[in-house]
Amino acid sequence: MEHKLLNGNQAAALAVKLARVQIVCAYPITPQTSLVENIAEMWSRGQFPGEYVSVESEYSALSYLIGAGYAGARTFTATSCQGLAYMHELLHWSAGARLPMVMVNVNRTMGAPWSLETDQLDSLSQRDTGWMQFYCADVQEIIDTVLFAFCLVEEAKIPCMVSYDGFILSHTYEAVKLPTQEQVDAFLPLPPGEPLVAPSRPETIQPVCDWKVMSRAVQSRHREMSALFPFIREMGKRFQQIFERPFSPLEAVDLHEAETVIVAAGAVSQTVKSVLPFLNQNGSRKGLLRLFLFRPLPQQEIAGMLSAAGIKKVVVIDRNLSSGTGGIFAQELRALLQKSSFGGRVYELNLAGGVDLTKEMLARGLAKIENGADAGEEEIIWGVDL
Amino acid sequence: MIETPVGSFTSEELMLSGHNACPGCGAALVVRYLVKEVGQKALIVIPASCWSIISGVVPLRCLETTVLHCPFPAAAAVGAGLKKGLYALGDKKTQVIVLAGDGGTFDIGLQGLSGAAERNEDILFICYDNEAYMNTGMQKSSATPYGSLSTTTPAPRIKSNPKKDILKIIASHRIPYAATATIAFPEDMGYKFRRAMEIEGFRFLHILTPCPQGWGSPVEKTVELSRSAVLTGIFPLLEVENGRSYTLNYVPDNFIPVQEYLKPQKRFSFLKEEDLQVVENEIASTWEELLLQAERNKAASES
Repeated sequence: MEHKLLNGNQAAALAVKLARVQIVCAYPITPQTSLVENIAEMWSRGQFPGEYVSVESEYSALSYLIGAGYAGARTFTATSCQGLAYMHELLHWSAGARLPMVMVNVNRTMGAPWSLETDQLDSLSQRDTGWMQFYCADVQEIIDTVLFAFCLVEEAKIPCMVSYDGFILSHTYEAVKLPTQEQVDAFLPLPPGEPLVAPSRPETIQPVCDWKVMSRAVQSRHREMSALFPFIREMGKRFQQIFERPFSPLEAVDLHEAETVIVAAGAVSQTVKSVLPFLNQNGSRKGLLRLFLFRPLPQQEIAGMLSAAGIKKVVVIDRNLSSGTGGIFAQELRALLQKSSFGGRVYELNLAGGVDLTKEMLARGLAKIENGADAGEEEIIWGVDL
Repeated sequence: MIETPVGSFTSEELMLSGHNACPGCGAALVVRYLVKEVGQKALIVIPASCWSIISGVVPLRCLETTVLHCPFPAAAAVGAGLKKGLYALGDKKTQVIVLAGDGGTFDIGLQGLSGAAERNEDILFICYDNEAYMNTGMQKSSATPYGSLSTTTPAPRIKSNPKKDILKIIASHRIPYAATATIAFPEDMGYKFRRAMEIEGFRFLHILTPCPQGWGSPVEKTVELSRSAVLTGIFPLLEVENGRSYTLNYVPDNFIPVQEYLKPQKRFSFLKEEDLQVVENEIASTWEELLLQAERNKAASES
């Protein structure tokens, strides 16, 4: 295993190469652009094993993968914000068609107005399309998750989106362990490459159907996605054996004896993790629960962890906002905690629009909660006001 | 006289009876001939269109080959990805045909179609053009001709813009082969299917398919209307190679009067005398351009 200094987009591009992806089809968009450029560069120099196709829109990029998926190819695309929104109907279609494909989405604010800051509303707006979703916290995890995602989609026949923070991860260099091709081949053998369709086997794919066929199809998608956790655990062990790093859908830090648990997803969780000692220096007991795999959501595991006796407060940090309700992760946490014995309260710290959270801001936000002061009528602590 | 080589069709039917097309459907005839010609050599990609329904509702199907349905604007890219995927996995033989209506070609599918044409993707894109959104009850498309009624251009504010010149638009991408055809000339159409299947790269066929339901024409007049569309000069039969080289397959000495095409169709019932002049002028200038183009090509090939 080689140590390299890579930014998130370079890391993703190398993971795609190591995964021996057969068809990459994409359209450039800030801040994803350098990912596509990296793949194009490797492809142009004959260093990329698959085909790379540059199309005229994100809409065609995902359509292309749908076609290539029926041919039995391992496929990849990448996008961000408006591009992901432009793909929307095809996200539904590809999930409904049960095609294994992996997409990187580099989280960026949705216009208007134009902004380049990081925000998770782009991918969270696609929450209900039937795609699996991961939110990476550092550059190493981008490599690991892209590789893991291929393993997952080919087992589940459900597509998977790997999201990470625009610029904060896409353009920031970190020292990472780059797996060898032998390691990746051992973890992720190529699929048999059998086309799903052939003219000599007459059939109609995705024809008009009645409600019974449709209802069973959506039900089985839900059930099969929800039942993936044993497979994820098993492959997590295999990942650990081969790459000598853990791979787990949730990360818990200092949860034992915690009174307040901060829940976060993406790069901001690393900020929280690194300032926990600072936050706990006066004897307060705060822990972190990092959401990594968001669809399927490990509901039971989260509920179990947060139902521990001492936990009084859950503070959810959302880099997204559903206007008229609040942060989406906070809503999801409230919904799942309804089914648990958690008796405390869920608070929201909202960074929507690209607020960069510093340790002082976090401390001020948590102090507001500690002091018992309500966040105001809306019950949201706004990062922009801290 | 149609000046294309004449072939014949197999008597074997790969399109079965009991399909969901309306009586007198021109689009059904196109596919019947198409599958006779291509047999089981191709996968057929169909975006939302009449053929989404004609091909059959679960558990029925009417084609003895494989059909993949896809979202409305996606067909060209889905077809291109399918072909590229097959190729990447070592199948260089199986062809991919996209079968789209005029909505999926002229309107919502145009961007993806243009992209696939510009990349010279190795697929055959066939537009069966019934000149409106017929599957959903005749809403206007940009293939709807000047002067036509539709449910979204109801009388008296009938369609006041001309039909988009899709062949010119797509041929202008310098694709190897683009051609028009219509069902009244099946030998010509069959020849163009065969030709298109032999060429590598992006190929485009624009096929006019009368629709009795939408056009308000008697069901038994479908083939006659298809024929008079050609004989009036409204729908020229031609081939364009590499975007520049034009071959006119049918050049009459005299066109028959446009009324022979327009009159049997209720969709044109609000056309006034002066509107007829607009239609005639449009035909005249289209042909003037076409003849000039063909002559230039002829001169160039002779020199």
